[in-house]
Amino acid sequence: MKKTTLYDKHIEASAKMVDFAGWGMPLHYGSQISEHKSVRSDAGIFDVSHMRFLSIGGEDATAFLRLLICGDVQTLIDGQGLYSCLLTEQGGIIDDLIVYKINSNDYRMVVNAGTATKDIAWMEKQLNALGFAGKVTLSEHNDKNILALQGPNACAKFAAAFPEYAAAQELDKFHFASYADGDVFVARTGYTGEDGYEVVISDSVVIDFWDKLMASGFVPTGLGCRDTLRLEAGMSLYGNDLDEEHSPLSSALSWAVHWNKDAAEPRDFIGKNHLLQEKEAGVQQKIVGIYMTTPGVLRSGTKVTTEQGEGVLTSGGFSPTLNHSIALARIPFAHKGSECSLTIRDKEVAAKIVRPPFVKDGKANEKMIY
Amino acid sequence: MSKKLEELKYTDSHEWVSLEGDTATVGITEHAQEQLGDIVFVEVPEVGANFTAGDNAAVIESVKAASDIFSPLDGEVVAANETLSGSPEIVNSSPYEDGWLFKIKVSAADVNKLLSLEAYQKLIDS
Repeated sequence: MKKTTLYDKHIEASAKMVDFAGWGMPLHYGSQISEHKSVRSDAGIFDVSHMRFLSIGGEDATAFLRLLICGDVQTLIDGQGLYSCLLTEQGGIIDDLIVYKINSNDYRMVVNAGTATKDIAWMEKQLNALGFAGKVTLSEHNDKNILALQGPNACAKFAAAFPEYAAAQELDKFHFASYADGDVFVARTGYTGEDGYEVVISDSVVIDFWDKLMASGFVPTGLGCRDTLRLEAGMSLYGNDLDEEHSPLSSALSWAVHWNKDAAEPRDFIGKNHLLQEKEAGVQQKIVGIYMTTPGVLRSGTKVTTEQGEGVLTSGGFSPTLNHSIALARIPFAHKGSECSLTIRDKEVAAKIVRPPFVKDGKANEKMIY
Repeated sequence: MSKKLEELKYTDSHEWVSLEGDTATVGITEHAQEQLGDIVFVEVPEVGANFTAGDNAAVIESVKAASDIFSPLDGEVVAANETLSGSPEIVNSSPYEDGWLFKIKVSAADVNKLLSLEAYQKLIDS
């Protein structure tokens, strides 16, 4: 099992370690629910260094990325990031990712741990197939760590711990800045629905960085609450809600597809033709939120029955903020309204279809109800 | 709890059993609650239900997983810990005392099939 540079720090903080995509990662440090609440009310720190940090560079880097992913990096200014997907020719999602534009010849990308090998192989294949071999370089950084600092007090606590990086508080959402000769890369992004940063930081300084943040009142938070936080925020998890069998259009990610209809230069990208065909024929499925009104816990794989046919829970769990069970489900696109039922341990249980996010600004999202 | 851990009996599915006369109190072990993580839902059996050893008697759901709780012995449910429906976290904080799940009036106390503390320890250490 691979270990992140902070492995011993997690053990020191009494983490329960689990195998996640071949990495020994902290599931929780005692109580997943109290960690969840710390992120909603204060500030938590996640080690997500199992995720991979890549560089894509060269004079044709922009041209390559415009073809490679479903979002258009041409829309970015230097210092801005974009959530996007790698698609198969058939429009299926190979992975979801964030790409960061340093400048038009130099990009960074964060991809999921479990899919990194497949992603890199795919990108290398496309480099050759699309004629960018030798013109665009792709490299993986193995000396970097990724820490997510999340919660309403995360930015202020970070500034107090590191006055030299206090300017990060001025960053807009999805923008980033680099400090200390690139040893510290701070992006205003996250996977919890709260304000905060994702920091990419070199091995040489990460231990000291962690210790300082601990001393500044950040609570160590594990992958367990990362999942319930992202679910409350209505964010997709690759492998659960997203996969190669489904396109962004049938996965609540239409907003991540840039069609460049009005652009002077129309843009082709891998999978575009299939997405156009899918739109033409009518998208068959969609992802919605499910709110369980009775006690019990929802799990992925559970059958959902709607008036328009069956669906399935793609992610499920207990929401500590709502004190109820919530889920994401893939159901027939034609379904309207809030009625559905779930089959839990051979029993039919009524549940509500809602519009994620389930939680906004640390509280129940009143607007999720249809 | 009036009994010491070594006076309880255990199952290989991580329930503990405390026998007083013909009444057996059932709960889950410290090891089980730790493995489950934060418990968020407990469904206890109805009083009057009859179980054969090995029957599904209760359900415990944690943030991590759903877990069926099996009746360790044959018998009729004479009490169920209804407090747990409102405060399931008690099973985490007090698995051997306030977090008990149900009591059964044992019809055929085949306790020899249950494990001693020593045997149970061996099982979870292996």
